[in-house]
Amino acid sequence: MNPIEPLGGGTSSAEVPSSGSTTPAPPGPVTTAELGALLKQAARGDDQAFAVFYDATSSRAFGLALRVVRNPAQAEEVVQEGYLEVWRTAARFDPDQGSAISWLLTLVHRRAVDRVRSAEAASRRDESYHHQNHTVPHDSTADEAHASFEARRVRGALRTLTPIQREALELAYFGGYTHTEVAGMLDLPIGTAKTRIRDGLIRLRDALGVGQTPEEGARA
Amino acid sequence: MTDVHALSGAYAIDALDDAERAQFEQHLALCDDCRAEVASLQEAGAELATTTMTTPSAALRARVLADVAQVRPFPPVVPPAGVADLAAHRNRRRRPLLLAVAAAAVVAAVGVGAVVAQPWADEPAVVQALPDPTEAVLAASDAETHATDLPEVDGSATATVVRSRELGQAVIMTQNMPALPSSEVYQLWLRIDGDMEPAGLMTAADSTVLLEGDATDAEAIGVTVEPAGGSARPTTQPVAYVPLETA
Repeated sequence: MNPIEPLGGGTSSAEVPSSGSTTPAPPGPVTTAELGALLKQAARGDDQAFAVFYDATSSRAFGLALRVVRNPAQAEEVVQEGYLEVWRTAARFDPDQGSAISWLLTLVHRRAVDRVRSAEAASRRDESYHHQNHTVPHDSTADEAHASFEARRVRGALRTLTPIQREALELAYFGGYTHTEVAGMLDLPIGTAKTRIRDGLIRLRDALGVGQTPEEGARA
Repeated sequence: MTDVHALSGAYAIDALDDAERAQFEQHLALCDDCRAEVASLQEAGAELATTTMTTPSAALRARVLADVAQVRPFPPVVPPAGVADLAAHRNRRRRPLLLAVAAAAVVAAVGVGAVVAQPWADEPAVVQALPDPTEAVLAASDAETHATDLPEVDGSATATVVRSRELGQAVIMTQNMPALPSSEVYQLWLRIDGDMEPAGLMTAADSTVLLEGDATDAEAIGVTVEPAGGSARPTTQPVAYVPLETA
């Protein structure tokens, strides 16, 4: 386990032994298993472990919240509430049910989507879907994301989706739209967007090799 | 049947409306396959967030860490003796969600006991671990938590409000509230439709209080200092004002 010290900007190299580090740069300084272990420590009230967990995950959580709610102040609120909930309920986290990062981001995403839907319900109805840009802009965060090995991997996996699958998935995930709204935006017959979203997620999951639990294999 | 399963992807990334979400969650409680699929699709969805990483401000980090310094995590999910056999049985039947909720309620009770009383009171906290509305709110699956500092009260005073819309109730937990003279009392208020409705009294020592009244549509929780016995309407500026999410 890593030393439990709040991470500064560039301490990640300290976690990788310099001897024998001939492999390419790792996707991130903290692995999935380590994140789970940090949550376990946090559940015991170890706020330093929680700080390390925050440092390893906050750019994903904030980037996601910002993308969905658009407003930085609201995104910060969503993230702050999300982390507090993770802290309070860390003892309920079960690594057999999923990864810590998925748990966190699912929770943050849900809060972000709930927020845009309640806050923007009225104004959204007034907008014409057809006047909206179907591709959600990337530019504000492109630099940081581009630097990430993991982001490139995910972009590669996204290219295995059909354009409709990818668009439906991005509108739902980043736009916070319901599958019915997505169908309207993409001129799909009602009821088919949910299938595109599911198919897209399955393809993404399989391309990235995530979400495979031993139990799942046994059941299949 | 097939139709319901097809909602798993949209559910995993919150692309269902409220009615569909509720409907699918009922199905989810009974369908192991869908639960496993949703979990795996949530992993896939979470990967999308890596394409849009943005470093948040240092101020956010400070606020998050200040939050956690003020709030005790729920203890681990350990069923009390006697429930253990049932728990093992349920686990084998793959109902971990229901068990977790039930156990969390028990566990929250222990936590509240420890917060309200002196931490090392004579009686073991477990003795007080009977289900009550306060614990139900804290353990509710839809509990929303809002923490705030109270600089007007005291540099170290904090308030955390937990509200469950499902239960229609809210709980306030305070720390480091200064004691008031016996002629005064902290009074709680629910702001509903712009009006402040009285929601009970609180002493400095009594730091975890279930608010009286229906908190379902409350826009905010306020705390004022009032004459002993309380007032029908606030007579002073709030020492704490915690906005809640509005529907």
